[in-house]
Amino acid sequence: MHVTGRVLTVKKVGAYRHLTVAAPGIAERFRPGNFVAVSIGDLVPRAHLARRSLWITGVKPTGAHGATVEMVVEATGVGTQWLAELSQDDQLEMTGPLGRPFALPKESVTCLLVGEGYAAGMLFPLAERLRERSCVVTMLLGAADEPHLLGALDARRSARSVSVVTGDGSVGLRGTLADALPDLLASTGADVVYGAGSIPTLHAVAAAAEQHGAWSQVAVQVAQPCGTGLCQGCPLPVVGEDGVGRLVRACADGPVIRGDRVRWNELVTP
Amino acid sequence: MSRPNPVMVASGCGGTGRELDSLGVLDALGTFVTRTITLDARLGSAAPRVAESPSGLVNAIGLQNPGLDQFLTRELPWLAARKVRTHVSIAGSTLGEYVDLARRLGQSPGVSGIEVNLSVPDALAWGLFDAQEPFQAARVVAAVRRDLPRGIEVHAKLGPDPARVVESARAVAEAGADAVVLVNAAPALLPDGRPGGLSGPALRPLALRCIHEVRTALPDLSIVGAGGITDASDAREFLAAGADAVQVGTALLHDPTTAARIAADLRGDTP
Ligand SMILES: Cc1cc2nc3c(=O)[nH]c(=O)nc-3n(C[C@H](O)[C@H](O)[C@H](O)COP(=O)(O)OP(=O)(O)OC[C@H]3O[C@@H](n4cnc5c(N)ncnc54)[C@H](O)[C@@H]3O)c2cc1C
Ligand SMILES: Cc1cc2nc3c(=O)[nH]c(=O)nc-3n(C[C@H](O)[C@H](O)[C@H](O)COP(=O)(O)O)c2cc1C
Repeated sequence: MHVTGRVLTVKKVGAYRHLTVAAPGIAERFRPGNFVAVSIGDLVPRAHLARRSLWITGVKPTGAHGATVEMVVEATGVGTQWLAELSQDDQLEMTGPLGRPFALPKESVTCLLVGEGYAAGMLFPLAERLRERSCVVTMLLGAADEPHLLGALDARRSARSVSVVTGDGSVGLRGTLADALPDLLASTGADVVYGAGSIPTLHAVAAAAEQHGAWSQVAVQVAQPCGTGLCQGCPLPVVGEDGVGRLVRACADGPVIRGDRVRWNELVTP
Repeated sequence: MSRPNPVMVASGCGGTGRELDSLGVLDALGTFVTRTITLDARLGSAAPRVAESPSGLVNAIGLQNPGLDQFLTRELPWLAARKVRTHVSIAGSTLGEYVDLARRLGQSPGVSGIEVNLSVPDALAWGLFDAQEPFQAARVVAAVRRDLPRGIEVHAKLGPDPARVVESARAVAEAGADAVVLVNAAPALLPDGRPGGLSGPALRPLALRCIHEVRTALPDLSIVGAGGITDASDAREFLAAGADAVQVGTALLHDPTTAARIAADLRGDTP
């Protein structure tokens, strides 16, 4: 769906902006792991032609304003800065839901959800689905510092237990997600690990899961010029089922992908 | 060339067709043009592949494509079954490769036209046959034409060089091209110094100039215009400058419904 959404609320959450946008058609089709591609800047003239991808962190198919989608923005560049400055009633052109969502386990298994920075937000709808399937959900959240830590409070609603690490030790343990992973994998006995965050963190998730004998699914973020699978601008190096290496499109063949399929060392981090 | 629906997808900007279909905008197109297909699979270039520039994109996809065999087994049958009017864009390293591509595509159901990509920015760097000189472009077109059934159109895609575009267009027309596609992305540079191609509205005035030059010199040649078309008024500008049909590329990456909306507008439907 390609729609012109209307911004309903903009909330400051730590270092981030949380947006709720009325976007008919997107919420109804959403599955955890999906993202939207949004247009930024003035539409006339169109100066910025690449789109910006944002994880969908929540949806409400019905409500006073119809179907809404939620996103969390960290202002780091031209586009995300523009998005962070949106205010109520502004319009936002968006296409979605896009991308391959997370595969959900058929049985009730033990799951570890690992989220870094703003990307942690996209794990919450997943946690809800897993809980509905009677999975045991543990969350491990991390960030550089407290303002960049997302969802530590919400997590307690969807997960049986929550662990937090920050780079400066301002909340939870001091350290990185990669440091915290092995112990948590061992103590939870997780069958499946789901990850969202930077490439180095996802690499660590995939490696730790493999070592522990668990499945991993990671939500990869590489530069995605269109987000809709049209331009082949987001090459993701993978190993196919057949053992042959190839480049797939992160946006359309991912962004959620099995961790053991990614050739991590060949990935260019944006 | 009298086409009922003059709106086409520009090569390399419409995915495999399935992506536009899943957004419900494939049937609105007059013609789907594939990304450029080569005989052997190509991995394409390293990331990052696309950079923004004011009202433009610079891309270095590097012709990533699965090669002819995979295209014929995995992509073309779907387009054929879906009854999408399809032009296959091709490029070769040698004249012999062009002949192979044309022969096999000519025998494959579902191909309405071949778009010969004679204007890959930095063709040599990608190991492609250098068709920059008009007589070389004409040799490619003649070789492709010779091996195709008459019912399949041959379109020659040229670069945005107003100084030489008439000479090139005349040469490929004499070699048997049914139309010229004006224009490909312009040779440009990515911020990191790697070569790429500039597309989008930044390219539009240059594309219009090329179309104007060819239309003036060759009044009977069919022209497909491309370069920065983002809405129906842009498309009308191209048609007024002498194009018989238009292609939409970069604008689709920004809004995948663009081509469908332009087609509806040109048809006279209120969107
Ligand atoms: C699947 C996916 C989901 C994302 N979800 C979110 C989210 O929920 N919240 C959020 O704040 N950000 C998210 N991002 C990152 C966000 O899209 C980038 O920060 C953004 O593209 C950079 O845009 P900019 O205009 O701020 O920076 P600029 O530097 O102006 O970006 C220019 C171009 O560079 C590329 N690029 C630069 N940095 C990145 C990056 N870190 N990741 C991807 N592409 C980049 C993009 O193609 C962009 O068009 C996501 C990215 C992907 C791929
Ligand atoms: C990401 C991208 C990929 C492209 N790939 C091809 C290609 O494979 N073959 C080709 O002939 N042109 C290719 N082009 C050029 C377009 O088909 C078109 O000629 C050019 O971009 C100008 O039109 P536009 O401004 O509407 O995009 C590509 C352009 C872009 C932006």
